[in-house]
Amino acid sequence: MRWSLILGATLAGLALIAAALSWVWTPYDVTQMAIADKLKPPSAAHWLGTDHFGRDILSMIMVGARTSIAVAVVAVGIGMGIGVPLGLIAAANRGSWLDEIIMRGNDLVFAFPSLVIAILITAALGPSAVNAIIAIGIFNIPVFARVTRAGAMPLWTLDYIRAAEVAGKRATRISVEHILPNIANLLIVQGTIQFSLGILAEAGLSYVGLGAQPPTPSWGRMLAEAQTMVTLAPHVAIIPGLAIIITVLGLNLLGDGLRDALDPRLREGR
Amino acid sequence: MLRYALRQLISLGLSLLVASLLIFLVVELVPGDPATFMLGTGAQPDTIAALRQQLGLDLPLPVRYLHWLGGILQGDLGHSFTYKTPISQIMLDRMQVSLPLALMSLMLAILVAFPIGIHAAANRGKASDTAVMGVTQIGISLPNFWFAMLLVLVFAARLRWFPAGGFPGWSHPAAALKSLLLPAIALALPQAAILARVLRSALIETLDQDYIRTARAKGLTQGQALRRHALRNAMIPVLTIMGMQFSFLLAGAIIIENVFFLPGIGRLIFQAITQRDLIVVQSAVLVLVAAVILITFLVDLAYALVDPRLRRR
Repeated sequence: MRWSLILGATLAGLALIAAALSWVWTPYDVTQMAIADKLKPPSAAHWLGTDHFGRDILSMIMVGARTSIAVAVVAVGIGMGIGVPLGLIAAANRGSWLDEIIMRGNDLVFAFPSLVIAILITAALGPSAVNAIIAIGIFNIPVFARVTRAGAMPLWTLDYIRAAEVAGKRATRISVEHILPNIANLLIVQGTIQFSLGILAEAGLSYVGLGAQPPTPSWGRMLAEAQTMVTLAPHVAIIPGLAIIITVLGLNLLGDGLRDALDPRLREGR
Repeated sequence: MLRYALRQLISLGLSLLVASLLIFLVVELVPGDPATFMLGTGAQPDTIAALRQQLGLDLPLPVRYLHWLGGILQGDLGHSFTYKTPISQIMLDRMQVSLPLALMSLMLAILVAFPIGIHAAANRGKASDTAVMGVTQIGISLPNFWFAMLLVLVFAARLRWFPAGGFPGWSHPAAALKSLLLPAIALALPQAAILARVLRSALIETLDQDYIRTARAKGLTQGQALRRHALRNAMIPVLTIMGMQFSFLLAGAIIIENVFFLPGIGRLIFQAITQRDLIVVQSAVLVLVAAVILITFLVDLAYALVDPRLRRR
């Protein structure tokens, strides 16, 4: 399944390039309105058409990519930064009360309807991109804790880890020096998946008005604004959705491809 | 088994208690005073103070938490500030939309996922399997509210087969079902894609087992072995996912309910947050979380009952 790696990297790369390019160049200024040119379908002047304020949709998609990717990346960072150490601690103390508390805490967070809590958190802290990051990041923590623990548990029974233990190395050092490098693959794959889920979650939050605030373009809010005009100018609603799908699909394929590439046991027929 | 059940029951109680505390604290963080919100910013300070006292908002935090918890233990979810009715009544009303919607989308998801998941597993590695995997990959990547907008565009605005939103109530059963169908489809599509993939990989895992080889050796075809033996053994991960999906559909429909203006639980919570009707948020979220925790508990227990291997942990 090497094609999934290539296709995934291409699609996800497209979004990354669009986001990176938007820092230095966009076809038009995204804050510049031209009411006379509103709701124009795709043309040579505006490749993806214009929205209800006459803003260039391609430019908004590019800047929106920046918002989506930034939110998702930092949310994954929060999840990894807190979840991985928790998972390592749980695995190092497997079977103890500490392990039990960490895992029960994980189950508890999983039981919360994530979207409802994300909405609650953004409502409590005020709608903004930063608070969307916090809300999405919190739900990444138990995912990474669980993956880390599951990956680390079997390693603790291996001879070379035992040897390190007997030699007097502390559990913390073993976790960082021996366990972590061995589960890096797992974490990269899970990171890609959470990245794509983060993009979807950010789109959902900004669609209901709790993500990045105007005038910062975001894919979710573009969709929300397009909703009332969907019959007049379908492209205004279709294009941001396609941008989300391309990015999320790319990341999902990339995750699948990486998993196959990094774990040869899965390569045959799965 | 009894010891296992007892241990699970204790941790269930603890989980519910911690969940209630967490929800209470997060809701407390929401800025804005409900009394000020209800009376408007122009109200006299002593009027606001009187209302705060009437609502019990002047009591210290721990006392309010215990009041709330005590009420819930007696089946009283509290009173809504804005609707002036018991929250249990509002929840029951909203459940009449959310529950059928969740059931409908789960049923749709199952109807789509099972045939294609089984087909893909039986034809692993062939072109049709690759096609199923590709399509489900797109299904997972789709934001469901965007798909909902496209459904409205085609089936409501252009073809006029379905209403674009709203809910007529169950006194018109046909119209009610009709208005739930598009949202149910929008919710079901990504869930169907996830379910089909889980089913496929669970089936492929069991198809590699020795007892399937035995079944094939005694003369069953691949399809017969799959239906009679593999499917049953692949059901544990599939049921787990379905349990999670059901609770997701119950609570996670917030955005879809907003697209279609459906008066469900999700929209209730969303509106209650904007109206600072915090007691509604608190109680409604707790009911949802409790439902998820309970479903998980029952599913775990059922597995342990059926499969003794699972009792060890």
